[in-house]
Amino acid sequence: MTASLPDRHGRFGPYGGRYVPETLMPALLELEAQYAKAKKDRRFQTELAHYLKHYVGRPTSLYRADRLTATLGGARIYLKREDLCHTGAHKINNAIGQALLALRMKKPRVIAETGAGQHGVATATAAAMFGLQCEIYMGTEDMQRQALNVFRMRLLGATVTGVDTGSRTLKDAISEAMRDWTTNVRTTHYVLGSVLGAHPYPMMIRDFQSVIGREARKQILAAEGKLPDYLVACVGGGSNSIGLFHPFLKDEKVKMVGVEAGGVGIVSGKHAARFAGGKPGVLQGTMTYLLQDDDGQINLTHSVSAGLDYAAVGPEHSFYHDQGRIEYAHATDEEALEAFDLLTREEGIMPALESAHAVAHVVKLAPKMKKSQIVLVNLSGRGDKDVQQIARMRGVAL
Amino acid sequence: MIGSSHPQSKRARPSSRPKPRPSHGRPDSNRLDATFRRLKDEKKKALIVYLMAGDPSLEATEKLVLALEQAGADVIELGVPFSDPIADGPVIQRAAQRALGNGVSLRSILTMVKSLRQRTNIPIVLMLYYNSICAMGYAAFCQAATDAGVDGVIVPDMPPDEAGPLKGPAEEAGLRLIFLLAPTSTKDRRTFVARQSHGFVYYVSLTGITGSKLTDVADVAQNVEKIRKVASAPIAVGFGVATPNDAAQVSHFADGVIVGSAVVRRIEECRQASDMVEQVAKFVTSLKMAMTQKQRLVPEKLV
Repeated sequence: MTASLPDRHGRFGPYGGRYVPETLMPALLELEAQYAKAKKDRRFQTELAHYLKHYVGRPTSLYRADRLTATLGGARIYLKREDLCHTGAHKINNAIGQALLALRMKKPRVIAETGAGQHGVATATAAAMFGLQCEIYMGTEDMQRQALNVFRMRLLGATVTGVDTGSRTLKDAISEAMRDWTTNVRTTHYVLGSVLGAHPYPMMIRDFQSVIGREARKQILAAEGKLPDYLVACVGGGSNSIGLFHPFLKDEKVKMVGVEAGGVGIVSGKHAARFAGGKPGVLQGTMTYLLQDDDGQINLTHSVSAGLDYAAVGPEHSFYHDQGRIEYAHATDEEALEAFDLLTREEGIMPALESAHAVAHVVKLAPKMKKSQIVLVNLSGRGDKDVQQIARMRGVAL
Repeated sequence: MIGSSHPQSKRARPSSRPKPRPSHGRPDSNRLDATFRRLKDEKKKALIVYLMAGDPSLEATEKLVLALEQAGADVIELGVPFSDPIADGPVIQRAAQRALGNGVSLRSILTMVKSLRQRTNIPIVLMLYYNSICAMGYAAFCQAATDAGVDGVIVPDMPPDEAGPLKGPAEEAGLRLIFLLAPTSTKDRRTFVARQSHGFVYYVSLTGITGSKLTDVADVAQNVEKIRKVASAPIAVGFGVATPNDAAQVSHFADGVIVGSAVVRRIEECRQASDMVEQVAKFVTSLKMAMTQKQRLVPEKLV
């Protein structure tokens, strides 16, 4: 069911594809060819594995959260600790992979979009380490929410360019990065940060992130001697979730839940739950579920977490949604903030607000499960970047 | 992948298409084809003017179309505003936001075109993003566009590789699908895209977004010649043609000259003025005059 996806046109069933200006088509075809070569090249894979181990710090641990388990009083909860990756989130897995590809393609400059700032920081970090020129596009609304990450990127030598159009968030940053890429495609590789955009990005980024699921599968088998009953991960574009889920797709008994941003509630319209309020369409290179109006204009989204605040979702998720293989739920801003507090107090682990959405779903799910059952949740990033925002929301002056 | 076997171009050959409808094979019935043929006979080049529909208002767009036809425009390209226009520079982005702010939609634009058709036969092509078509439905869109009097469509985020679902309905409705080629296009893609394009081939004169600055006219001329070897449709050049001199130079080797951001910027600058339409018309006249007096303006190295 999964080995052949996407097909050679970059399709996951009806989703995916390559809806881009002609100027970019040759670059996408080149990237597809180069990636296919690299994937089979033992030297590339060895090099990638080397950096993942010695630079990123992989494998990340699979931690049994005993206090959280006891508090919720149901299934045993394991956390896949992507927050322990260098730079504090899973984003670096993909950034290293794509930076290595940029070197292979002899492109001296990389660009990226960022929402929460984690992908921007990861790309700026990889660029610093490999000596690549780097420019990051970020919505001005997000720059305000994630001021710390903006400064981190600048410390790393990247140029951070604010995007002041539309909702001034991730969506607008991607559009601006695509415009830059269209203009500078001959010298520049676009390090897209999630399983979004035109083929081969959704496939390639899934492959780079699948290291999460491959490790988790081995680790849970070693720890428990069986597979988990549920996998839970948050879904913005959907890279940490597909990275965890993909190596388990053939394990039919393993249920999977992707948690979208419920914002202030679906009824309010202020959310980013594409499967709850969206329908298929084309945005930024790919056909997928979108939050849009009847004319096909893209709706403004809302989430307390910048990394989930996006109107589209990775096309592979749309496919598995329609197939019923992956279930999609949502957690509100409030639920995510409560989950942030819970994990911080019970386990001494501060999750990123994105990852807190996954934890919020576990809070609802685990108590309904048997104590012999297992929930494995992807802790995609750490919450340090969100501390300032949370302080501001609680009226605490730092 | 576009390999040596051209899987897409094979698939898209007329032989594998549905049987041609009455509208197909009678190119005279399409205003766009007729205009290019007439201009060719007269040894003239087409001036294609882009307007963002609904900027500053749909009424103003209607007036502009009529005035610009008088001023020398041969074809009107109407932009349909989209919230996330990835191929457009800041000038057209701002125009789209103004139009959306005015509540303009694809449906209201088609209604305006229908009303225009009682007063003009100037060819009208829509430039719109894929999702606008998707939301209306492929067949419904093609039928509504033709019924309103639209002659062709340009979808900047739809390479021919992804045009499959639109081709049948467009052909059936007699709507020309115009595809784009770029300086980055390889030989294989040039052949593939040029053969799919009907009405005209849109050559993007620079590696960039709309409204960028044209720098290397000689390079554009070379690429147009390469396209001409594989295209049967006329070739129009846009994205960076901003001044009468640009238009004159490009008209020397292309069949059509597309001016977008430079016009939209003028509309933006004088949108509050009572003589906005006249000012824009004056600019279009200056473009047209430069194109017809091109011999004197073209640098020697290009001749």
